[in-house]
Amino acid sequence: MTVTGDFPTTQGTSADAASRRRLLDQDWQKLVRAGGILALGQVFIALSGMPVNFDRRLLIDPILSLGYLSLIWLPLVVSYWVGREQVLEGMTAYARGGRDVLAGAIAGALGNAGLTLLVVGITHFDIRDPLVNWSPQLLAILHFEESVWLGAVIWPVIGAATGALGGGMHCASTRITRTAVIAGLTVFGAAVLESVITDLSQGFHIEAVSDWLYGPKRGLTYPAAIVVAVAAIAVMAGIWAYRDSAMRAGLVGSRQSPAAPGESDRSRTVWRRFISRRLLGYALVIAAVVVLPLFLGRLTNELLANVGLFILLALGLNIIVGLAGILDLGYVAFFAVGGYSVAVLTSPGSPRFSPEMPWFGALFIAMLLAGLVGLFIGAPVIRMRGDYLAVVTLGFGEIIRILLLSDWLSGTFNGAQGITNIPGVEVFGLATVRGFEPRSVLYLVLFFCAIAIYVSWRLENSRIGRAWMAVREDETVAEVMGVDTVSAKLMAFVTGAVLGSFSGAILSAKVGSVFPHSFAIIVSIVILVVVIFGGMGNIPGVIAGAVVLIGVLGGPNQPGLLQEFAEYKILIYGALLVWMMLQRSEGLIPSVRRAQELHIDEMNQDAWLRAQAEADDATGGGGGNSSVGEQP
Amino acid sequence: MSSVPMLEITGLHVVFGGLHAINDLDFTVDEGEIVAVIGPNGAGKTTFFNAISGMVKPTEGQIAFEGRSLLGLDPNKITSRGIARTFQNVRLFANMTVLENVMVSQHCRTGQRMVDALLQTRRFRTEEEQVRARGKEVLGFFGTRLTGYRFDQPASVLSYANRRRLEIARAMATSPKLILLDEPVAGMNPVESAELTGLIGKLRDEMGYTIVLIEHDMSVVRDISDRVVVLDHGEAIARGTYAEVSANPQVIEAYLGQSAKGS
Repeated sequence: MTVTGDFPTTQGTSADAASRRRLLDQDWQKLVRAGGILALGQVFIALSGMPVNFDRRLLIDPILSLGYLSLIWLPLVVSYWVGREQVLEGMTAYARGGRDVLAGAIAGALGNAGLTLLVVGITHFDIRDPLVNWSPQLLAILHFEESVWLGAVIWPVIGAATGALGGGMHCASTRITRTAVIAGLTVFGAAVLESVITDLSQGFHIEAVSDWLYGPKRGLTYPAAIVVAVAAIAVMAGIWAYRDSAMRAGLVGSRQSPAAPGESDRSRTVWRRFISRRLLGYALVIAAVVVLPLFLGRLTNELLANVGLFILLALGLNIIVGLAGILDLGYVAFFAVGGYSVAVLTSPGSPRFSPEMPWFGALFIAMLLAGLVGLFIGAPVIRMRGDYLAVVTLGFGEIIRILLLSDWLSGTFNGAQGITNIPGVEVFGLATVRGFEPRSVLYLVLFFCAIAIYVSWRLENSRIGRAWMAVREDETVAEVMGVDTVSAKLMAFVTGAVLGSFSGAILSAKVGSVFPHSFAIIVSIVILVVVIFGGMGNIPGVIAGAVVLIGVLGGPNQPGLLQEFAEYKILIYGALLVWMMLQRSEGLIPSVRRAQELHIDEMNQDAWLRAQAEADDATGGGGGNSSVGEQP
Repeated sequence: MSSVPMLEITGLHVVFGGLHAINDLDFTVDEGEIVAVIGPNGAGKTTFFNAISGMVKPTEGQIAFEGRSLLGLDPNKITSRGIARTFQNVRLFANMTVLENVMVSQHCRTGQRMVDALLQTRRFRTEEEQVRARGKEVLGFFGTRLTGYRFDQPASVLSYANRRRLEIARAMATSPKLILLDEPVAGMNPVESAELTGLIGKLRDEMGYTIVLIEHDMSVVRDISDRVVVLDHGEAIARGTYAEVSANPQVIEAYLGQSAKGS
C-alpha cells in the first residue's frame, strides 16, 4: 500500500546514506530468475557435449582447458547482467559496492547448483538414450575425477566466485573493467589462435616466439599468459592516456580560438582529418592484405581463401538484402550456378558436354548464366513482398540444388557423384592457381574481392544504389517518387547473382570438384547470418562479419580457426544471431549513417562542454561545474 | 488560360469492396492554380490523390494530364509525366540522408547506367554533380533549415516540421508540373504553418508549380487557395472560392453534422 516503500531513496535526507544500499537489500526475484536461467544454460552447455569434447584442448597449460572454460564463462556474464541497472535521469543512482558482489555471487551459486543437480543426476540415473552426453566422461569432468560429493559442492562455490567477480565489475570504474575484459579476451584469443600464430611465426621466421608462448599441448604456458595479459593492459592504458590528452587538447584548442568559427567550417575540418586518416588506414590495410599472404603458411592461406570466398558471397547478398532490402533466402543458387558452370565448361570429366575451356572464359559464361538465372528467379519473385518473397526465394534455392542432383539432368551434371577433375586457373600464362597451393588461390580470391568491393562501393553511391536504398526504405513511396522499382530490384538480383557466381567459380577451381550437397540451404543461411552479423548495407561490416564468423568458426563446409567448435558452429551462429538482433541489431560495424548520427551527438556534447567551460570562465570558475562530473 | 485543363478528371469512381470511396467525381485544375480539397475524415480525399498518382487503380472514369490519359500507368511513369505528391503520414526514406532523399527522387529525370557508375564516366560525374546541385537547390527553398550539416544527416533525426518540409522538397526534386500536397501543415504549430503557407504560395508564384492540396486547417485554405472543392462520402458537394464554399449550408452540415441545422 505504501507508495514510499517503492521509492525509499528518492526521499532520503542525506544523499550519501540513501545512495548506498544494505548488503541484503537485494532484488531476490531477479536473482532467482537469473540463477534459474543460468542453471538452464549451464546444464545445456554441459549436455551439449562441449566440456567433454573441449577438455583435451588446453588454453593455459596446466590449469585451464577449453572444456572448463565453457562452464565458467556463463556465470560471469549472467552475474554481470544481473547487476546492470539503468540510471534514470532525476533518480538517485546508487553507489556500487558489496551488495553487487553479493548479488553476483548469489546468482552464480544458484545457477551452478544446476551443475550440482547434474552431477547427482548422472550418478543415480542413466538416461544416455535420449541424452548422448549424459555420460561418465561428463561426470568425470564435473567432479574433477574426484568424489561425487566434491563435484556437488564445488560448482556452487565456483559459481559464487565467478559470480562475485562478474557482479564486482560494476564496482570498478568502466576503464578498469573494460581493460580487464580486453586482457582476458586477448589471453583467450592468443590461446585459441595457437595454430595461426604458430603458422605466422614460422612465416616470419620467428619460431622462438611461438615456441615460448605455447606449451607442448598447444596451450599458452603460465608465464606467457601473464605476459600477454600485461601487454594487453599496457596497450589499453596507452589508449586511455592518448584519449585523455586528445580530449584535453581538443577542449583547450577550441577555447583559444578567437571567434567562434562557423559550424560548417568546424565540421569540414573534422571531416577532412577523419577522411585523411581513413585513407591512410585503407592504404595500410591494402598493403597488408597484398603482402601478408607471402609470409603465411598453408593453413592460414587456406583459411583466408575460404574467408575470401564468403566475403564475395556476402558482398553479393549484401546488394540484394542490405541495399535493396529483398530478403533472399536462396542465394546459394547463384553460388551453385557459378560453380557448376565452371565445372562443366572446364573439366575433362564433365559427362555430356566438355569443351575444356580456360577458366577465365568459363567464368565469363558463368557470369552470364548467373545473371540470367538472377533474372529468371527475380522476375516472379519481385512482385512479392516481405515474408512471401523470402519463402519463394528459399524454394528457388532448393530447386537449383535438386535439379543438379536429379536423374533427369544427371547426364549433364552427374547427379550426386558431382563433377571432378576440374583443372586450376591459368592466369594468362603467367601463373597457375591450383587448390593445393592455397597462396595462389588466396591471391585469386583477393583479386575478385577487390572487384566486388569496388562494384559495391561505386554502385552504392550512384543512381541505382540510391534507388535500391529507396526501395528498401519504402517501396511504395519509391515508386511514387519516380523509381522504376521493378527494374531496380531486377538489377539488384542480377548484380548479386554475378558476384555470387564469382565465388562459385573460384570454389570449383580451388576444390577441383563440385557436388550438389555443397550447395545446401545452410549455405544461404550462413551467408545471410554473415551479412546480418556484420552490418547490413555496409561493406566493411560485411567483410568483418565474414572474417569473424567464417574465419573463426568456419563456413558450412569449411573449417575455421576454432576447429574444436566445428560441431557447434551452427549452434553458435544461431546464438550469435539472436544476441545480435536483441542487443545490436545494426550489426558489428554499423553503416556510416548510423555512425554519423552518433558523431553528431558527440559534437553537440563537445559544444555543450565548451559552453559550460566558457560560462565557468565568465563567472570566475564558480560552482556550476559539478555537473560536468569532474573529480575534485 | 489554356484551352485544355492541366488535370482533367471525369466520372471517377474508386470502389474498395463494398465501399464507394470516390463516387462519380469530376475535377479539373488549370495551370498555375492552387486548388484545395477539403472534407471531413473519410471523405475520400487521400484516395483521390492515390488515384491520380497511380497507387490506386480507378474502378471507372478518366484521368487526363495535359490531355493524355494517366490510366493504367505505373506510379513512376506518372511521376515522370510531371505529377509529384507528398504523404499525409510523412513517409521519408528514413535511413537515407536528407540530401539522398532529394537525390533519389530525381531518378526519373536522370539516365546514367550502372556501367557509367562502375567506370566513373564523364556522364556519371557531370550527372551526379547536377543531381547533387539540384538537390541542394531544392533544399535551399526552405531557407537554412535543411542545408549545411543537415545534408548528411539521416532523415530520421529531423524534427517533425522539417520532415514535412523535406517531403515537399523531395516532391519538388522530381521536377513536376503539378504537386499534390496531402495535409502539408498537419501537426505544425501556428508559426510554422503560417510560414509554410507562404512557401506554398511561393511554390506557385516563383517556381511555377500548379498545386492541389488537401488541408484541414481552414486558415491555410483561406489564405492560399484559388478554388476549393469539398468532398463528402466520395462526392464533390461544393465547389467555388473559399468564401462561397464556407457559406454553403451543405458544407457546414457535412463538417458539423445534423446539429448545425438546428442552430
